Amino acid sequence: MNLLRNAAFLLRISRSHGILRRYFVVNGFDGALAMLGLMTGFLVSGEVGLEVVIRACLGAAVALFMSGITSAYVSESAERRRALDELEGAMVADLRHSAHADAARWVPLLVAAVNGLAPLLVALLVMTPLWLADAGVPLPLPPLPAAVAMAFLVLFGLGLFLGRVSGGFWLWSGLRTLLVGVATALIILLFIH
Amino acid sequence: MVQVRRLVLDVLKPHHPDGLEFSRHLAAVCGECRLRLTVMEVDESTETLQLVVEGASLDFERLRAAIGEMGASLHSIDEVEVVGGADAEA
Repeated sequence: MNLLRNAAFLLRISRSHGILRRYFVVNGFDGALAMLGLMTGFLVSGEVGLEVVIRACLGAAVALFMSGITSAYVSESAERRRALDELEGAMVADLRHSAHADAARWVPLLVAAVNGLAPLLVALLVMTPLWLADAGVPLPLPPLPAAVAMAFLVLFGLGLFLGRVSGGFWLWSGLRTLLVGVATALIILLFIH
Repeated sequence: MVQVRRLVLDVLKPHHPDGLEFSRHLAAVCGECRLRLTVMEVDESTETLQLVVEGASLDFERLRAAIGEMGASLHSIDEVEVVGGADAEA
């Protein structure tokens, strides 16, 4: 509890709530679209074993996770260091032992975790029908179309979340992100054929 | 024993944490005390504050450390009220 309170405090003084939200949506979107692309590719490739699909998707999910973590950590650390230096300049003081220095150390780690976990978790969620089919659970659709439907559902959900953040009309916001997913799938189909 | 009853401090702090959070943190540190924060000047990234702290026995060093923990710095001690001898026991 204390750890959560401290994390919330560091996010507040570094004004990073918005950044976390943005990274979560942007990279969640990346995860969903990457999985949608893979599933669409497998769908039009004909007979591909479920195990191959799962391994390929897992590989992509881990790559997205690593890319998200490392890119955000490197860029956020540099940004936070610069912000701390500027604040030290304005304060004409050494802030090494202040909450701002703690924020400069910890916020990049938090941002990196969100940036990496968002695409990983979204990808794993999109892959749920594949896991279920692999475990022998009966599905109303074949595994690949079910995973594509799941990707659309996740994209719609991210749109709803964005609609809530912006205070706009939730349904329109959800439909807009869903439309992006449909357009992506169509473009992929167009290129592959 | 000499006891510090009142301090008026000139403090420079960043905009974040805001005045409310800043005062709450200091109040949590100084325990039985009364604290009044007045923003005297606002710059691009800093605020100059006048901090009035009153209490039966103020721990100035702890207060100064808490100010530093919040990224602020103590510029000057503008007023002090201290009691000693029999008054301090009261």
